[in-house]
Amino acid sequence: MKTEKKKIALFRCCMTSMGLSQYETTSNAVLRELGIEFAEMKEFNCCGYPLKNLNFNAYLLSSARNLALAERAGLDLLTVCNCCYGSLKYAEHVMEEFPQTREAINASLQNEGLRFEGGVSVKHLLGVLHTDFGIDFIRKRLKKDLGGLRVAVHYGCHLLRPSKVVGFDNGTPPVKFDALVEALGAQIIPWMGKDDCCGSPVLGVNDELSMDLTEKKLRNAHQGGADCLMVVCPYCQMQFGKIQNRLIETRNFDTPVPCVGYPQLLGLCLGIDIDKLWIEGELPAVVSAHLRDIVEKPPTGPHELQVNPEMELHAR
Amino acid sequence: MFHNIALVAALAVFCAGIIIKVSTWFRYSVGPETADLRVSRRLVAALQGIFGAFFSRKILTLISTFFLEVICQSRVLKEDSLRWLAHMCIYVGFTLLFFLHVLDNQLVVHFYPQYASTLNPFLFLREAAGALVVIGVAVAIYRRFISQSHRPMTSRMDITAMIMVGAIVVSGFLLEATKITSQSGFQSMAEEYAGQTDAQELQALESYWVENFGLVAPGLRGPFDNATLVKGKASHEMNCAQCHSSARWGFVGYALSVPIRPVASALDGAQFAFYLTWAHYLISLFFLAYLPFSKMFHIVTTPLSLMVNSVMDGGGAPANVATRQMLELDACTHCGACTLRCSVAVTFLEYPNANILPSEKIASLKKLAAGKVLDRKELRAIQQGIVLCTNCDRCGGVCPAGIKLRDLWFSARERLLQYSIEEFQLLSPLAYYRGLQRDNIQEKDYLKPLDLAFKKVAGDPNGKGPLTAGDKTILGKLSASIQANSLSNCYRCSTCTSFCPVVQNYKRPAEVLGLLPHELMHAVGLRCWDLVFSSRMLWDCLGCYQCQENCPQCVSVTDILYELKNRAISRRYDELTA
Repeated sequence: MKTEKKKIALFRCCMTSMGLSQYETTSNAVLRELGIEFAEMKEFNCCGYPLKNLNFNAYLLSSARNLALAERAGLDLLTVCNCCYGSLKYAEHVMEEFPQTREAINASLQNEGLRFEGGVSVKHLLGVLHTDFGIDFIRKRLKKDLGGLRVAVHYGCHLLRPSKVVGFDNGTPPVKFDALVEALGAQIIPWMGKDDCCGSPVLGVNDELSMDLTEKKLRNAHQGGADCLMVVCPYCQMQFGKIQNRLIETRNFDTPVPCVGYPQLLGLCLGIDIDKLWIEGELPAVVSAHLRDIVEKPPTGPHELQVNPEMELHAR
Repeated sequence: MFHNIALVAALAVFCAGIIIKVSTWFRYSVGPETADLRVSRRLVAALQGIFGAFFSRKILTLISTFFLEVICQSRVLKEDSLRWLAHMCIYVGFTLLFFLHVLDNQLVVHFYPQYASTLNPFLFLREAAGALVVIGVAVAIYRRFISQSHRPMTSRMDITAMIMVGAIVVSGFLLEATKITSQSGFQSMAEEYAGQTDAQELQALESYWVENFGLVAPGLRGPFDNATLVKGKASHEMNCAQCHSSARWGFVGYALSVPIRPVASALDGAQFAFYLTWAHYLISLFFLAYLPFSKMFHIVTTPLSLMVNSVMDGGGAPANVATRQMLELDACTHCGACTLRCSVAVTFLEYPNANILPSEKIASLKKLAAGKVLDRKELRAIQQGIVLCTNCDRCGGVCPAGIKLRDLWFSARERLLQYSIEEFQLLSPLAYYRGLQRDNIQEKDYLKPLDLAFKKVAGDPNGKGPLTAGDKTILGKLSASIQANSLSNCYRCSTCTSFCPVVQNYKRPAEVLGLLPHELMHAVGLRCWDLVFSSRMLWDCLGCYQCQENCPQCVSVTDILYELKNRAISRRYDELTA
């Protein structure tokens, strides 16, 4: 177990303002509970992800400005969004590999006295938990467990791909998120397409396609017997939340699966007050009742390390 | 006489201005024009809303908003303490001046019958209030022009406001300084209030004033002997002290009077104080008359916006939302807090269009709402700025006027998108918020701009337009681009297509999508640009990187698709701006 002492700058995703403020409050609460020091930086802008379709340069500039700001502050970057993570990572890769492009972008950043030299590490919350702190570190701090809640783990796209650039988990299939969820005492269910797209990138462009993809994923999770889906990206959460509601309203979608963010259930198991985790309003009665039961159960104390042989195999 | 005519004229312009401005809140709207927004209906809805707020628990919200956000400016303090300091200085100073100085004969005398403008505490308070305004303006100038912390642009409106506020206070202080030194002023006052005294005593009094109050009398130079000063002091206390505190209490005017002493007699001879009085008076009246049309109108509109938004909280009847949004346009002070926190402001470096910056969009929205005739170029620029927005609402979160900026952008965007000007930026995740808000958009209006964008970006099917086959330069640019340089590794195995979740979504994908990913790679090699750019596959691509991840030849398929999208759009923009 290695714990990084370097303070980290929290990178906010634009999406959380669209009715997902729990993303910020719960990840803040979890980070505090785990003793991870973080800084808020008002100067950050959009990671540039939505601009990739339109103008590579505008995207790169947006991402690079954030990296340069973190660099100036001497902080690493922590995101709780796959798309922010993927975009920042990709930009970092381009800035490091292509000196000519780096200089062109730096010339623009010069207007604000900023400059990208490299050296900032871009991290996803899962990466910090899994790699920097480790499963054991988290397991020792758990006060509750999920009591075998059947969870369909949803990785999403930009946490994993392009793997050569983001390099979070290059396994086929990936295992790190599964391990983090399993550590909470959940039962990981096997299901189709855990690393496929949630459908969000084309919402607003081709809503039918977007909803088709979301519906397919929800059906797969339901077939796999999931009590809930677990995500680590506001875009995914939005699709499986608001857009799922739209599916129910407009397509008579009849096999709904609730969706929670990993910080929410991690927070629950760390003993954070359930009201702070925004679980009640979001979830169907059955799931929130199950979670209430977990909260009301007496603490189980630190967990013994139980290695799932299958997981270990994958990890190798 | 002229004094009163000028006052009445200024008040008339002021009132007419207020009426015109307030009427625009009910006549115009930012969002798409709909029949439901008739003036009568909006007036009724507004009255109902106000009535409902005053006679319910919401009154408590209004009261707390008034004290915290209007009086104490808590929203400004939260974001930037230096700006808060500047603003508090100007606003407290001006308020004090308004009540103690402007309305002295209408207000103060009722509470304090012995009131005289030269008497303490009024003399000192007025001076302190003026000094506060000067400090505030100085900090504002420092922030805007010198300090690095302030990025936003300065408009003519901002400069006018600063000049007007500055001119009123500076002319006031100069007038005070001139009066302090004025011998003719002293003489006429002495005649009026100390007329019975003999010449010797008058001279003693004048000496006392020269010694102590900064009066400049050419015939009288110190040092004066003690007996004269004692005599002068006695005369002062008998004749003047009831209405005159020491001029030193007017510390700014007194300090200013020191350096003008050498020329004081000349100024006095030229009746400088007389002209300055008029200047100060007329500038103030001009300020009053111009107020409804200037940035200073925010004195009225910003508190209104804060209070209205505290009880409407983003909701409310559509008629009231339309009215509120017009009020909000007037409540903007162009402070630039929004632009400083804007998530996409950095793209201004790539697209030099001021409409990208939220603080600059407001001016365009005012024109748009007022129905000004704008040409397509202007409309396109406003549209580009307003669609290039991630809807993160940081702007609205920091707005000191409490303006619901995201809602404002949404309304204006939907209105603009109905003008049939193609908007390619909708073909990206920037359209996500619009997709989420689909229920709040008329069904027929929702798809129209998307269909237009798809059609235009594909090129003209009749063969006109730039997207013809055989263009070599695109291929050259592609192989030179960071994203697309691996294209030549492709051997058309179609692994990309078999991993694509979009392709998998359709029974007959080619009918819906046009060229599939591997065919796109092939068509690019063959330079069949019309086929490439008219394929729906490009815009339905999720950017999920499944194709790229699984390519046996390490072709950056997803990145090539991104590059093709960039090319399709930039060529269209080039064509439009050419």
